[in-house]
Order: sequence, then C-alpha cells, then structure tokens
Amino acid sequence: MPEEIREDFVIETPESVATTEAGMHTLASPGAGLGLSGSDTYGLTGEAKGQFRIVVGRFAHQRLAMVGLSIFLILAIGAVLVGHLWQFNYTDITNNLNDPPSWTNPFGTNSIGNDMFAQVMAGVVKDIEIALTVAAIAVLIGVTIGAVAGFYRGWVDSLLMRFVDLVLVVPILAILILLSSKLAKQSSNWLGLAVIIGLLSWTYVARLVRADFLSLRERDFVEASRALGATNRRIIVKHMVPNAIGPIIVNATLTVALSIILESTLSYLGLGVQPPNISLGLLVFQGQDSATTEWWLFVFPVVFLIILILSIFLIGDGLREAFDPKKSRVRA
Amino acid sequence: MPEHVLQIERLEVDFPTKDGVVHAVRGVDLFLEPGQVLGIVGESGSGKSVTALATMGLLPKGAQVRGAIRFDDTDLLTLKEKQLTNVRGTGIAMIFQDPMTALNPVYTIGWQISEAILAHQDMSKDAARDRAIELLAKVGIPNPAERIDNYPHEFSGGMRQRAVIAIGMANDPTVILADEPTTALDVTVQAQVLTSLRTAMDETGAALLLITHDLGVIAGLADRVLVMYAGRAVEIGTAEDVFYRPSMPYTLGLLGSLPRLDGDGSARLRQIPGAPPSMLGDRTGCPFAPRCPLATDLCRETEPDLTVVPSVTSDTGDHRAACHYAEAVGRGDHGQVFSDGVVDNVIV
Amino acid sequence: MFAYVIRRLLISIVILFFASILVFILVSTAGDPLALLRANPHTPHSTIVAREHLLHLNDPLWQRYWIWFSDAIRGNLGNTTKGQAVAPQLWSHLFVTLRMVIVATILAIVIAIALGVWSAVRQNKLTDHVITVTNFIFLATPVFVLGLALKEFVAIPINQHVGSTIFYTDGEQSPTLSGSFFSRLPDYAGHTVLPALTLILVTYTSWAIYQRSSMIETLDADHVRLARAKGLSRRRVLVRHVLRNALIPLTTVVALDFAAVLGGAILTEYIFGWQGLGTWYITGVDTLDVNIMLAYLLLTATFVIGFNLLADILYGVLDPRIRYA
Repeated sequence: MPEEIREDFVIETPESVATTEAGMHTLASPGAGLGLSGSDTYGLTGEAKGQFRIVVGRFAHQRLAMVGLSIFLILAIGAVLVGHLWQFNYTDITNNLNDPPSWTNPFGTNSIGNDMFAQVMAGVVKDIEIALTVAAIAVLIGVTIGAVAGFYRGWVDSLLMRFVDLVLVVPILAILILLSSKLAKQSSNWLGLAVIIGLLSWTYVARLVRADFLSLRERDFVEASRALGATNRRIIVKHMVPNAIGPIIVNATLTVALSIILESTLSYLGLGVQPPNISLGLLVFQGQDSATTEWWLFVFPVVFLIILILSIFLIGDGLREAFDPKKSRVRA
Repeated sequence: MPEHVLQIERLEVDFPTKDGVVHAVRGVDLFLEPGQVLGIVGESGSGKSVTALATMGLLPKGAQVRGAIRFDDTDLLTLKEKQLTNVRGTGIAMIFQDPMTALNPVYTIGWQISEAILAHQDMSKDAARDRAIELLAKVGIPNPAERIDNYPHEFSGGMRQRAVIAIGMANDPTVILADEPTTALDVTVQAQVLTSLRTAMDETGAALLLITHDLGVIAGLADRVLVMYAGRAVEIGTAEDVFYRPSMPYTLGLLGSLPRLDGDGSARLRQIPGAPPSMLGDRTGCPFAPRCPLATDLCRETEPDLTVVPSVTSDTGDHRAACHYAEAVGRGDHGQVFSDGVVDNVIV
Repeated sequence: MFAYVIRRLLISIVILFFASILVFILVSTAGDPLALLRANPHTPHSTIVAREHLLHLNDPLWQRYWIWFSDAIRGNLGNTTKGQAVAPQLWSHLFVTLRMVIVATILAIVIAIALGVWSAVRQNKLTDHVITVTNFIFLATPVFVLGLALKEFVAIPINQHVGSTIFYTDGEQSPTLSGSFFSRLPDYAGHTVLPALTLILVTYTSWAIYQRSSMIETLDADHVRLARAKGLSRRRVLVRHVLRNALIPLTTVVALDFAAVLGGAILTEYIFGWQGLGTWYITGVDTLDVNIMLAYLLLTATFVIGFNLLADILYGVLDPRIRYA
C-alpha cells in the first residue's frame, strides 16, 4: 500500500497509558493516551497555517459534527436574539398563570406568569455564558500547569501531578456542593460560580498538555530554538503550545459541555445560579413537580438542556476526529 | 516438472479510497515449487506485501481481489473465511515484518506457540507445550524449557522473530510466506533469523516465499527471484539469471545501488533517481519510464509485457523481463546504464 | 507481582493521608459551623464560647486537623451539631448507598463492554450508528434530568397502568419492611431498579465509547493479524486477542471515573429520596455540620483510592508488562 496515500499521523506515546483520562462523561478515546496528547500533526510550527485549513476541511466532512455545530449556533444566536427581540422579558409577569403553550406563549407560562419561552432562552444564554467562562479559566490554568510540568519535568512535574491526582480523589460534585453552598448564601453572582467550577475543571487539560510537552520537549526544533538563544518562555509559548493546540481545543470543548452539566446540576440543587438569574437547571428544579400536570414547565427546559449539551459533545467529537483522524487510515 | 505447491495467476488487487482507486497489484503471476525459495524484491509500494496478504486472505476490508491463487487443488480466492482458517497456519504460514508488535504482549511465548499447534492438531495441552519447547530449540532459542514461559517483552527483537518463525513451523506448513522478516532487525541479528528460517524450511520441507527489499538476503537464500515494480512483476528468473544477466533497467538499478566488496573504492553508489510512482488511477506506458535512462517514446506509450530473455542457467524459457529492450539490456555493460552522464542527460 | 501490589498499597495509604489533609482544609473554608448559633440573638455568649472550645475553633488549623485525624483513625468521627455520633450514621447510610453503587457500576461495566464490542465489530453499519447515537444522547443527559424523567414518565405511568407499585420512586425500602433477608429482597429490588437504572444509563456511555475505540484500534494491531494468520477461528481471535487486549485501558478509565460515579450517586439518591450518603452529605453542607462533611469526604476519598488500587492490581493481572515496571 503506497505511502503516498496513507493518512498517517506521527503519534507520540506519553509515558504510560495510566495518564489517559476519561473523567466524568468525557469522550476520551484510547487514542487520547496515545494520539490526542501528542499528535505531531503540525510538524514544525511553520506548517500551522496550512494545517488549519486541513483540519477545518476534515471537520466539515463529518455529518454529526456539522449537525452539532449548526444546532449549537442556532441555539446560541437564536437565544440571544430572543432575549433582545421577543415581546416578553424573562422576568416579565403577565396575568396568564400556568397556561399551556399557545401562540402568545409558545412554551406556556408558569405559576407566577413568566413566559416560559423567554425563560428557557434566557437560561440557554446564561448557561453558555457560564460554560465559556469556565472553559476559559480551566484552559488557562490547565495549560499553564501542564506546560510547566511537562517542560521542566523532574520534581516540579512530580509535585504538580501528585497534586492533580489528589484533587481528583474526591468527587468534583461533592467539592462543588461544599463550595457553592457557601457562595450561594452570600451572593447571587454567577461569576463566582463560574470561577469555582473552573478551578476544578482544569485537571484534564493539564494532563493532556503535560503529556504533549513531555514528548515535544525532546524534539529537535526545541534544541534548535535553544541554540538560537530563545528563552524558555519563548520556546514554550511560541513553539510548543501551537503544536499541542489540537488536543487543547478538543478538551476545551468537552470542558464547556461538562461545565453545563455541573452548573445545571448545582442549580437544580439550589446551589448554583440563584434567582433572579436564571438557568436551565434552575428551571428544571422549578418545574419538576409539574412534570405530569403542567408538562411544559418541565419538558422544554429538559429538552433544550439536553440538546445544548449534545450539540457541544458532537462538536467536540468532530474536532477530535478532525485533529486526529482514525477512520480514514488504511494499513499497508 | 515438479508440481507447483502454490500458483498465483493474474492477481490484481485494488483499494478504493476517497481519492480514487489504488491499483496495488496489477497482474502478477508466480509459482512455488516444493522446498524452493522464491524471493520477491521491490521497493515500498511495489505491491509485494499485498500479494502475500492476498494469499492469506488478510487484506483489509474493502480490498478488491481478482485472479486465482491455487493451493492444494483449490483457488484460495474462492474460499470463505471459515474455510481459510483451515489453510492458514497449517497449509500456508506467514511471518511478518515487525517482531516487536507481532506477538500478543499479554500471553507467554509458549502459550502462543501452543495455541497455533492446538488450533490444527489434536493433542493434549502438555503435548503441545512439549512440542513448543522443541520448536523453540530448533529455531535456536537458548534454554527453551525456561524461556517458554517468558512474555514477549522479555525477548529481544531477534528472539521474538525466531519465536514467530517457530509458530510458523508448528504445523509443518507446505508454504511459508515471509514478509520482510529481517527488515526491522540489526544486521548481526539478521543472520540468526535467516538461519532459523532455513531450519524451518529443512524441518518442514516447506517452500518459502521471501519478500524483501534487501538484495543481500535474496542472494543468500533464494533459488528464484521475482522483481516487482509498481504492482507488477518486471523480471523473473533464477537467482543467477537475475543477478548475472539482469534484463530490465530497474533490476540493473537495484543491483547497481549495492556496494560491492570488489568494486572500485572511489566509485559512487549509483542511486536510481526519482521515486516510485503513485498507484492511484490508471496510467499508460511503462511505469518505470520516468526514471529510466533508456526510456523512449515506445516505453512511455506502451507497457511492456514479460518476454522471455536468455537465461544463464537453462533453456526452458524461465527467465523473463518486462522491457521493450530487454535483450539489449541483458547483453549490455551493466555499469553504463546508470552512469553519471546518462543520468544527467535523461533524468531531470 | 506481589512487590507490585505492596508498592501500590503503600502509595495508596500515603495518598489517603494527604487527601485527608486536603479534605480538612476544604471543609474548614466552608464556613463557620456556629454561624447559625451566632446569628440567633437568644444564644448566650457562654454557650458559644463553650461550643468553640468543644470544637477547638480557637486552635490553629493544623492542631484541629490532628485532633480530628487521630480520632478518625481510631473510628471516632465526632458528633453532629445536634450531638449524635457520626460514625453509626455513616455506616448505615453507607450500606444504603453501596447497594445502588455496586449494582450500577458492575452492570454499567458489563453493558459498556458488550456495546463497545458490538459496535466495533459492526463498525459503520447501522448497529454501530444506533448504538453511538444512543450513547451520545445519554452522555448529554445530566443525572438529575434522567432520574426525573424516569420517575415521571416511566415509573409513575407504568405503576398507574398496572395498578400497583412496581417501580418505587421514593426511598430505598418500604418503611414497614421486615422479615428475613430473602423476603425483603423483592422490596429492595423494586426500590433499587430505577435509581440503579439512572446511574447505569449515565455511567455506561463514556465507557462504551471508549471500549469501542479501544476495540477498533486493537482490531488493526499486528498481533491480531498474526493470530488470524495462525488460522484461529474468528471468534477466538476476537475474544482472546482483540477483546482481551482492548480491555486493558478500560480498567484505567473505569478507575478514574469512579469518583464521578459516586458524584452521580449523590444526585440519584437525592432524586429518589434514598437515605444514603449523598443526601446525608447535602444536609450536612446545608447545616454546616462539619463532622458530617469531613466524614463523608474522607470516606469517599477512601473509596476512590481503594477502587483505584483495585484497578491497578487488575491492570497488573491483565498486562504482564506492568508488573515489572
């Protein structure tokens, strides 16, 4: 089988499979231990631009991923537009109490008279807001810690990784319940919530980046840069991070989805987003007792929550395949 | 004329890919006589491995195979998977290139050899184990009774390959296919492995199809040689024919690129310039033409068939080459074809 | 192998020790356990002072930790804010939770392997697509959503339709249950079905997806090709050479995920009204009951570390290369 058509990627294996992650509902694959975290898909950094187009092309070819992307974009943009253009604000109180879906209120109204359509859409917006913030924090912290651990190795690496292991020993939800309970009593600021969740979500990114850096560090171009007099920081930022960017992006996407799950769970428990703010989890909590009677108070938040999370997972899976394709490899 | 134990006729293998159809093998004919060694030589991508895999029915899904592969009075290409399992490992055995990954890391060497034995022979587990120790001894593993319980990662590369050969020998096959058995190994270890291969043949009486790109290996073992290029046989004959009267420029190039002990120390190694052609899509003319210093318009238009050329060993017309100028090439001074001047003139 | 196990065991103990420190620091930031008392204007100052003394609140952090830790090792987990002993409560709640978690984890593993193998063998055919889509949907469904949905749209309608309660939705057993263990079993089962199902459906997905990838990669491996070349039956190759190898990475994944399973159990208990560790913990957090929080977190950490140790050992059994690492 001629080498010319084989779509092979140089895949570096990190130290052991034991550093593979899965964690709560992630889409990590065995390739994650072997492929994702160390795909030398970009060779030397000069190639990055051409590869971008290739990755985008590969992503566009996957039906499920494109479906996910479309759904997400429609949802996100639509929800924001609804927030601005819809006749009802989510806090508006009308006189129609507990109305089933109608033309005026497509998702019905609740017991106070809020329009459910506005509420659900506002919840979507808030959830995305929080999730993106969380992902930003998690990636920032994760990349920093992972890069430092992978680059400097030795005792720095051991210390940091033992710390990561330690953090993961207790269920994230349990810690979150603890921390957000305190927060919920003090303020209704969603930013604090996002920060807390972010502070607990960086571990997977850190592990991935560390594995990548450990293997990249040995590569020739690092030696070459050093010979040219580049400082450590410059090497890390300008050369190594771009090479590890694939798995980082994929993991960031997964973090977005996971944080929506975490935040909505906390909101459901009353420990997350507090009124007057709104979130889909909060709506589910409020509507849970009416599931069989005023079904619209329960079903719409649930459905939109699932669709939102699902679309992000599909995008994440599509990105993973785009950066590290497995389906199209042909063996000689 | 001794009966052929393996006969491949007009074999064609295509792989459909999203960029088009890849013609990996484009009409190969070969045969194996009992106890004989046929060496298949060629560059990566010439289709030699695919030919062996096709014989075993181990091509990836999606491969389209045409032609016939006759073994033991049946055409292997017509057999279903279940029937093929009765041929594999017992009628025809195969040895692969990379010994580091060929063995399953979670089972002992002994277990894996016994598994091969018990799949085709009716005996007790203990008897199989004894036979496995015997086989390990035959391929030259020291302390076989102890090492039989080792895991693959406790064996060196050369030892692993010999264990694979032991597996191949286990059921006294009629044919052994060896796909680049020494390529992944150090030169010093290669000799040991080749010796084990020879032992395997002597013990089982099997014929050997030896695939390699290493002409040195061929020279040591092969009775007959088949040179493949771009999915086709371009020269076939006895080892003497191919080495002493190569009649196709590609063969010349292969031979010329070998450093010679008796050569002029200052002479440059002659490479064949260029790269093998893409196997995608259809082409016209001889596939070697772009790299061939003797190429003419005729070569670029029409693909030459295998024609009989003079042989140094016999008159039975067994030496054939696929070149429009085969006879001239066979007669000529081998050194000149790829001399510097010609290369500069013809190849860009 | 023995040396390997001992090594892992010692490391686990060390990790547990450090985990206890982390847990303590975490809980001590949770807030003032006497906040409620202080907020109440009727509480005499002397009571507060006495309580502070009892809880060692004026001692430095490390001293408080040591007091708690040394007691905890000996089995004394202190008292709740209401004055009851924590340890007995912990054990009774533990057995409730374990019922659900053990059943769910085992079944989730089995289902994940089965589906992973099936979809890998039928890769890109209809079966594969159906399984993959189902996986994704359950993956994207938060635990509480699934639990609520099962409760409202499956259990209650079925119960109404049949006329009697098959699927219990509240509690882990009927309040007046008595009798021998075996006679109580159907009651336990009826109560456990839905919560376990919730937990299973939420947990199996990432494992099934992982197993499928692992299988597909292994199917391509050189040693599988050699196994086929030996003339082994398709079935034997699949089980002995593909599945056997593809299972190895799964043990690590399941171990890493176990903490998440316990987290999911918290929610499941909450929704189905089980008197398990999860609900106990949530109440403890709500009332800032320090000893409950500490006990729960320490116990969960122990379980996760223990489970990881188990997985390490299993990994060593499955992969000989690790035993000598």
